[in-house]
Amino acid sequence: MPTIRLRRKAVDTTMRWTFYACAFLVILPLFLIFFDLVIKGAKELKWSLLTDLPRPVGEPGGGIANGILGSFVITLLTMLWSVPMAVMCGIYLAEYGRGKFASVVRFAVDSLTGVPSIIMGIFAYILIVLPMKRFSAWAGAVALTMIFIPIVVRTTEDMLRTVPKTVREAALALGIERWKTTLYIVVRTASAGILTGILLAMARIVGETAPLLFTALGNQFWQFRFDQPMAAMPLQVFSYAISPYEDWHDKAWAAALVLITIVLFINVGARVLTREKK
Amino acid sequence: MANIFEIRNLCGWFGDHQVLKNIRMEIAKFSVTSVMGPSGCGKSTFIRCLNRMHDLTPGFRMSGEILLDDVNIASDRVDPVNLRRRVGMVFQQPNPFPRMSVFENVAVGLKLNGKKMSRGELADAVERSLNMAALWNEVRDHLDRPGISLSGGQQQRLCIARALAVEPEVLLMDEPCSALDPVSTAKIEELIEDLSEKYTIVVVTHNMQQAARISDNVAFFLLGELIEMDKSGKIFTNPSDKRTEEYITGRFG
Amino acid sequence: MVRNTGRNPKDKLFEGASAFFAFAVLALTALLFVVLLRESMQAIRDFGASFLYSRTWDPVVDQYGALPFIYGTLVSSFLAILMAVPLSLGAAIFINDFAPPWLKNPVAFLAELLAAIPSVIFGLWGIFVLVPLLRDGFMKPVSKYLGWIPLFEGPAYGPSVLAASVLLAIMIVPFILSVSREVLATVPQRQKEAVLSLGGTRWEMIRIVVGQHCIPGIFGATVLGLGRALGETMAVTMVIGNRPEIFYSFFQQGYSMAAVIANEFAEAGGLQLSSLILIGLLLFLVTFVVNLASQWMLSRMVKNASRGI
Repeated sequence: MPTIRLRRKAVDTTMRWTFYACAFLVILPLFLIFFDLVIKGAKELKWSLLTDLPRPVGEPGGGIANGILGSFVITLLTMLWSVPMAVMCGIYLAEYGRGKFASVVRFAVDSLTGVPSIIMGIFAYILIVLPMKRFSAWAGAVALTMIFIPIVVRTTEDMLRTVPKTVREAALALGIERWKTTLYIVVRTASAGILTGILLAMARIVGETAPLLFTALGNQFWQFRFDQPMAAMPLQVFSYAISPYEDWHDKAWAAALVLITIVLFINVGARVLTREKK
Repeated sequence: MANIFEIRNLCGWFGDHQVLKNIRMEIAKFSVTSVMGPSGCGKSTFIRCLNRMHDLTPGFRMSGEILLDDVNIASDRVDPVNLRRRVGMVFQQPNPFPRMSVFENVAVGLKLNGKKMSRGELADAVERSLNMAALWNEVRDHLDRPGISLSGGQQQRLCIARALAVEPEVLLMDEPCSALDPVSTAKIEELIEDLSEKYTIVVVTHNMQQAARISDNVAFFLLGELIEMDKSGKIFTNPSDKRTEEYITGRFG
Repeated sequence: MVRNTGRNPKDKLFEGASAFFAFAVLALTALLFVVLLRESMQAIRDFGASFLYSRTWDPVVDQYGALPFIYGTLVSSFLAILMAVPLSLGAAIFINDFAPPWLKNPVAFLAELLAAIPSVIFGLWGIFVLVPLLRDGFMKPVSKYLGWIPLFEGPAYGPSVLAASVLLAIMIVPFILSVSREVLATVPQRQKEAVLSLGGTRWEMIRIVVGQHCIPGIFGATVLGLGRALGETMAVTMVIGNRPEIFYSFFQQGYSMAAVIANEFAEAGGLQLSSLILIGLLLFLVTFVVNLASQWMLSRMVKNASRGI
């Protein structure tokens, strides 16, 4: 039946091209976004952008230096307590966690992963901003903690589970205590994977805006105190972008270019790290 | 010669399934003892009792006594960590620590066991252990390469060196050659002979020729029972139990 | 008899410490729910169920109803899913079964990079590139010729439910794509080969295999994408138009639950704040249920695959 065969062949070819088109359409926005970021961001991309404070509308120059520093500070503050907490929780789930308590914790972590980030902002607002009666870097870090923790707990647990049982046995057979085996042998064996998870989570929180809107709030000036509102790059991109002024839009693009560079640097760096291991 | 291990009425269970039945055995100091038998006979389970490796296996329990220099190490009061420093173990699959260099693999036991050592002392200890494991000459120039970059046979000798570094008295070996090629196997067998001057060695093997070559005494296990234990010469030429005879003449197993 | 216990006090200490942190994570999660509930009590007491169907959102008279936001969130998310799922599925099939080997990893990598872009940057790009593009290239011509269809009614301003949905679709594609790839990869190779060896074309192989094995998994991936879309804040806030009205046309402006929180929270107090938190609680509950459903579907899929069904 040549006609049937021909038709099947035609359908096959059509579908093949449909799949090619889908892949193309999926990737296309990435290129468009990068292209626009570079073209529109380059206009305001000067040294002063990285070193100066923001200036009022109409004044030329001005930068996002306080936002870069603020993002850096808030991110480090977050990681200061989130990394130990999340890694230890991951260790518990992978090495000790059997039974009901562990499944409940696992369920909680999975649930946290899916919670929209703006809700973490509400959480930190209620917990920190309301009692302190002030927006602050602390509150921003608490909000980001809630995003950071589930990602790192999950990767830590998964990575520790990839460590073969024979490695644990070898260590225990040397008369190494169990906690040392876990910390210095098992965690070390999985360290590249865990670090990748930490860096990916870091790349994620560096770019988060919604949880900072009403916690860290943003700031036009330098701020080194954690109990005061603090600037952050994503907040600056947002407020410049929704402003009605042309020259602020240019600044939004330039700030976005800086932000995406930092985010992708961390993100891709994290991936390279695991690839090396293999 | 004095016995280092005296095992009395050792029973072991995985859940409800009894895998070791009333084992009674004596192991002489500085001897090489082979534990052989068909797969599933409990030989691996048995030697893992000797350094309490089962402590972390959920569902395993044991009863009876294992006297190591007259102390019952099967007792709850004995710290398995200290026990394992005296009774080292080498596993079926070579298992160097993946993200550590050759040097670190050997040194890590000493470091983590809390021995205060200078850098020089540590290097000496590592060299001594690698020498004893007949590996020093092959790796002396690339001690900082990853342990897992060595060949299979070298990896297994690295694991032996790692075990020797913490200066145990007994070395348990769980089918140490089953993953290796004949040349590497020959090297390990030679090594076992050399080491038996200073250490008591218990080897699990399913290879009768190997047992005959390397051991002073041979224990034959079947279905969780110790059928017979005797001098290696005697057991292979004139076994006293019919089941041993059937096994070594290849009628089952 | 030897019990399987670690007797070393330091071992106990370390295990205890790790358990403590696990408990802390659990406590934080519980606390999240508790504070959301506590702070939204005022709005729950004042409005009850009418909060869900009232259209009034008026700080001047202190009357709050969430319907326009719930409606906007649901419609924009579903529209996004409608666009994203076929695209992701097609791209997943491309990567897994059709792409030449040298192209597989780069395409997958680029899709993952898309997921790494902060949502505020999607929003920025949405405002200045996507919205004008849609307005001039799609909305204007369509409303000119098809404006009589209610879905495409009204003046094409630019910021609109459609723009939000397109942007959302772009953002959730990487998630649906990567889960779909995992789902497709659970099909045993021999089954694919069986279809091919019977003289089937590659498309027939895909159709049969996907139809028989992957529907629940792809449904799971879809629901996962839905969960993402429902909670997305910045990008939607920046392009949806932020008008708390019930719209009929995709070209109209709308509002979403996350967007109203983003816009009004910092300056709200009293009942308005409590109402915003109640919207947050609703969003939390909805995404919670949606994610639970997707995990359940995906885990069932994996179980089926391991059983060879």
